[in-house]
Amino acid sequence: MSILVNKDTKVIVQGFTGKEGSFHAEKCLEYGTNIVGGVTPNKGGQEHLGKPVFDTVSRAVQETGATVSMIFVPPRFVADAIMEAVNAKIELAVVITEGAPVKDIQMAKAYAIKNGMKMIGPNCPGVITSNECKIGIMPGNIFKKGRVGIISKSGTLTYEASNQVVQEGLGVSTAVGIGGDPIIGLSYKELLTMFEADDETDAIVIIGEIGGDLEIQAAKFIEKSISKPVVAFIAGQTAPIGKRMGHAGAIVSGAEGTAKQKMEALEEAGVTVVVSPADIGKAVKQRLS
Amino acid sequence: MNIHEYQVKQIFKEYGLPVPKGAIVTDYHDAVSAAVDLGGKMWVIKAQIHSGGRGLAGGVKLARSLDEVKKISKEILGMNLVTHQTGPEGKIVEKVYVERGVDIDYELYLGMVLDRALEMPVMMASTEGGVEIEKVAKEAPEKIIKLAIDPSIGFQSFHGRELAFKLNLPADDIPRFVKFAQVLYNIYIQDDADLIEINPLVKAASGYFIALDGKMGLDDSALYRHDDIEAMRDLHEENEVETEAKKYGLSYVKLNGNVGCMVNGAGLAMATMDIIKYAGGTAANFLDVGGAANAQTVAKGFEIILKDKNIKSIFVNIFGGIVRCDRIANGILEATKNVNITVPVIVRLDGTNAVIAAEILKKANIENLIVADNLEDGAQKAVESAKE
Repeated sequence: MSILVNKDTKVIVQGFTGKEGSFHAEKCLEYGTNIVGGVTPNKGGQEHLGKPVFDTVSRAVQETGATVSMIFVPPRFVADAIMEAVNAKIELAVVITEGAPVKDIQMAKAYAIKNGMKMIGPNCPGVITSNECKIGIMPGNIFKKGRVGIISKSGTLTYEASNQVVQEGLGVSTAVGIGGDPIIGLSYKELLTMFEADDETDAIVIIGEIGGDLEIQAAKFIEKSISKPVVAFIAGQTAPIGKRMGHAGAIVSGAEGTAKQKMEALEEAGVTVVVSPADIGKAVKQRLS
Repeated sequence: MNIHEYQVKQIFKEYGLPVPKGAIVTDYHDAVSAAVDLGGKMWVIKAQIHSGGRGLAGGVKLARSLDEVKKISKEILGMNLVTHQTGPEGKIVEKVYVERGVDIDYELYLGMVLDRALEMPVMMASTEGGVEIEKVAKEAPEKIIKLAIDPSIGFQSFHGRELAFKLNLPADDIPRFVKFAQVLYNIYIQDDADLIEINPLVKAASGYFIALDGKMGLDDSALYRHDDIEAMRDLHEENEVETEAKKYGLSYVKLNGNVGCMVNGAGLAMATMDIIKYAGGTAANFLDVGGAANAQTVAKGFEIILKDKNIKSIFVNIFGGIVRCDRIANGILEATKNVNITVPVIVRLDGTNAVIAAEILKKANIENLIVADNLEDGAQKAVESAKE
């Protein structure tokens, strides 16, 4: 089963012919992702990477039956691209772009929710179901098939976690990078629910960061609704207060959003919280044995 | 990005929010002539640095004569102001804002911020104006009234009334308060602010609400559509090295330890600081060289890290994905030729082509370049090297 995407998922790319879009769409195609076309206004009718280009998302959906869109447009066009996907009845938009204004994402997300479109990101590495479908910028070869689900705010830490899980002789069912912005689409709670219901996932890894309270909400949810073992790591235990650490959302404001609070909340919910990022794989192995 | 109080007030004024009459000066002689121009019998001299708590630190003072204006301005200009937000090193005051004094009836606090859990802007108000709001939040949180405003309907009069009645404002003042709050919301939305605080917001003897102070933070990602605000950027207020790093697409934050870090990805960069602590050391910096690390970014990274004289070792922690490790290894070798690296460099490369990369680095046989087997090993070696 896996979650969100699999080998049959039909994917289009918004920002298909741009530098980033082209580069990563090609890597996704190599991985085996069923990319059926792309969208770049005024380039409709052309062919790119052997796939048709359309002027609008609605046309692309009409012609290809795509249900998922991978969005690579520049930051200032992100909200427009998300809302265009909503209007074209896309079911899931995976927004890779970093640096979109918070106000734009707030508006686009509200519109997506109102119309039932799921969104991952922005500012995220995307989603991958091992050996089936990669929608994003992660290195596919790191993700070996297995039964561990990963939900992460950080790109390279997702690869790190997957790599460690694989070194322990396990593998990954689906990994979702949810992004490090102040407002993001799907979060821990929704994805935990999907992994809990997925019969190809036995354990879940959560990778969080300082800032906001999504991990605390996740802890409350895990305590009541998740029966599968969960392992967590929170990055930024040593981050100073009031400083933004790379990601727009990674900032401890006042007494809010510290790694310590998040780690304690998760521990209280029965999650195995590792202090060292090198112990993620080992902890998963332990919880599964 | 943050801006100065006088700039915030300039924005307030453009939107029609009442602020006291004021002038910005860099010289105490100008402060006196500004006071004469402003008129009145009482002036406030305010240090312009990006920090809260200026008043408590002695950077905001009342002058009751032109002589006092001169004396106080002379004292504040050039002083090193240390507040609870500047850190112990403080900030040099280069500009003061001279304002005409206002006769105050009562003081409030009014602010707006994004509530990340609700995913909506929240307006905050309190009768405890003029005092440190963080303190109120800690000691008497019930005195801060919060109201989420759904941007799909925007600010409505009922929002303003809701706050006004909870603040127990006199009935006569409510219409003016509602209007003030409405404009504040408009500024927050239209200028892509991520924070606005007015502390204190005063009801003046004249009957009007006046912003006696103003603090504003802007969403960096939205600055491209606000050239007028971008032009208010004060580079003196930003860390020089952080600004330089940004030019090269690197994200750098200076910390207080002695183990320099160079990492790809913000999450892994934070995790690297954490594992250094776990191994018994302290990171000297956060440095994310981005997803597409190459020879140039790595070289620049070394340069930036080495500007910090406390550095005793450098931990390069790269998880190669799309960018293969062998290319990064070659980038590191190239960088060591171009940058004079005087401390041990511990390199951990994992991910795509990591084995080939380790071979390349070992073969190069560079003194002071230590190849680590994994994340934990790398952190330990970096901390040990820093102790020697």
